[in-house]
Amino acid sequence: MRLEELKIGFMPLVDAAPLIVAAEMGFAEEEGLSLVLEAAPSWSALRDRLCFGQLDAAHMLSPVPVAGALGLGGGGAKLDALAVLSVNGNVIGVSRAVAKRMKDRGHDFGFDDAIAAGKALIGSMDGPLRVGVPFPFSMHAELVYYWLSALGLPAPQNLHVRTVPPPLMADAIKAGEIDAFCVGEPWGSRSVETGFGELLLPGTAIWSFAPEKVLAVRSDWASAEQALGAKLIRAVWRAARWLNPASSRSLVSELMSRDRFLGVPADLIDRALRGRFMINGSGDGRASEGFVEFFAGAAGFPWRSQAEWIGTRLAARTGLDRDASVDASRKTFRSDLFRAALAGVAPDLPSASVKLEGAIDTPTAVGSLGGRLTLPRDSFFDGRIFEPLDS
Amino acid sequence: MTSQLSIIVVEADRDRAHQIVDSLKTAGYDRIQVISEASSLARQISAFQPDMVLIDMTHPSRDMLEEMALASGPLDRPVAMFVDQSDDALTGAAIEAGVSAYVVDGMRPDRVKPVLDAAIARFRMFERMRKELAETKRALEERKIIDRAKGLVMKARGVDEDEAYALLRKTAMDQGKRLADVAEALVSSAGLLS
Repeated sequence: MRLEELKIGFMPLVDAAPLIVAAEMGFAEEEGLSLVLEAAPSWSALRDRLCFGQLDAAHMLSPVPVAGALGLGGGGAKLDALAVLSVNGNVIGVSRAVAKRMKDRGHDFGFDDAIAAGKALIGSMDGPLRVGVPFPFSMHAELVYYWLSALGLPAPQNLHVRTVPPPLMADAIKAGEIDAFCVGEPWGSRSVETGFGELLLPGTAIWSFAPEKVLAVRSDWASAEQALGAKLIRAVWRAARWLNPASSRSLVSELMSRDRFLGVPADLIDRALRGRFMINGSGDGRASEGFVEFFAGAAGFPWRSQAEWIGTRLAARTGLDRDASVDASRKTFRSDLFRAALAGVAPDLPSASVKLEGAIDTPTAVGSLGGRLTLPRDSFFDGRIFEPLDS
Repeated sequence: MTSQLSIIVVEADRDRAHQIVDSLKTAGYDRIQVISEASSLARQISAFQPDMVLIDMTHPSRDMLEEMALASGPLDRPVAMFVDQSDDALTGAAIEAGVSAYVVDGMRPDRVKPVLDAAIARFRMFERMRKELAETKRALEERKIIDRAKGLVMKARGVDEDEAYALLRKTAMDQGKRLADVAEALVSSAGLLS
């Protein structure tokens, strides 16, 4: 059988796993696809190559398609998210100097309490807190703003969120340009390995079910190539299902450690996939349940309310009209295409496309096509619930 | 008459930076600054207040420039990646050549085009040079391997250099393989046996 070739870009990060597994473990071939994976040097390069047709699809920060729909940032063509590739997976770390000040003030680095950690961090600063994130439109930035604003740190006056590509994070800390950072793996664990940072919190401590990366395509491609898009959605969904059990995860660490994918020791990847961290140079360990999810709790389902949450946050920060932003944001998460592609394949899918974000405190059965779907906890650390418009 | 554009080139490699500056000067632009240090890129750029920033697409610090699109303080001039909707081919060509241009808000496309054209030509040349260098390196590597394989055949069969070469060549043709691949296989298996 002749395979249809798709060019797919990715950033060398742990959460590119579903794409790497789909390409390498036969899930793409099952759908008659051959995925040619291409590592990108930066998020902007990845976005541009996708927008200008040099790539068919890409591993993308979930806020990028939303920002594009709101007219924020560069880039050409509009993008859509066919699926959520990963939920959660970020860590927040601080420079060793800040870590020392926080310990002197009695913080225990328990790695689970966003309120205690946030207050200790704010309390240890004399001037504005400067936090490095990989990209202006990223869940990293959204989590940092959400967390510290809720704890009373006003942005932009006392909170400066700056874009620092993760490979340059160590230099930025050494040069005294940032105090803290929020990054994906393996960069958090690398900061500990290379000795410039200590880990403070997993992203889940701020939002327990945050859509992190999406499978992005051009909006016109999504409409014109629905059959091809459906094949891609199924291949990635099956890869995510394969990735779900713990037993697959050590195997995939080996696979992803190869030079053409992440090129870092398998041990570092394994820490993130199993949620077992070393948080400082003395080797103190911390566990984080659900640190990164690819499948559990319908993780791949692109909820339109997730896009709306992102769009509402971006609009508020950049002074855009909320109502107009809501509509534009929602359209970028293609729950319609996801559901159509997986009809008869996935045992169960949500029947709604919008939900309250942050309302589930304990796993809850929800309305679904098969009647057997349970969604996991999705609370925010401060207990707030995000209510989409007209839901 | 509009005043001349001021341009920043972000490039860590000195030679490449010089060449880009030269070709822009040839195209008639004189107000050019080079930034080679990636740290605090956004701050350095806003200190210069350029009309346009040119950066290698593969530069890892490029994401820092995206932030400037949001810098909206009263004195900031928003900068965004140049995308000309009326001329997708130009932006596409730039991306293919591996250069991105960031321009201040409101700049007319016809003022950007000549700068970008000059930069694209230069970056295409870099790409060609990179490929040529890789090709030359590979050819050198292959010659070394073939020489070693020839030596092995001469020693094992007691033949002269021309004959050893002919033998390798014939084997490659018979097996439908490249000469270098046959030589490589021979050298690595000889390594195992010795």
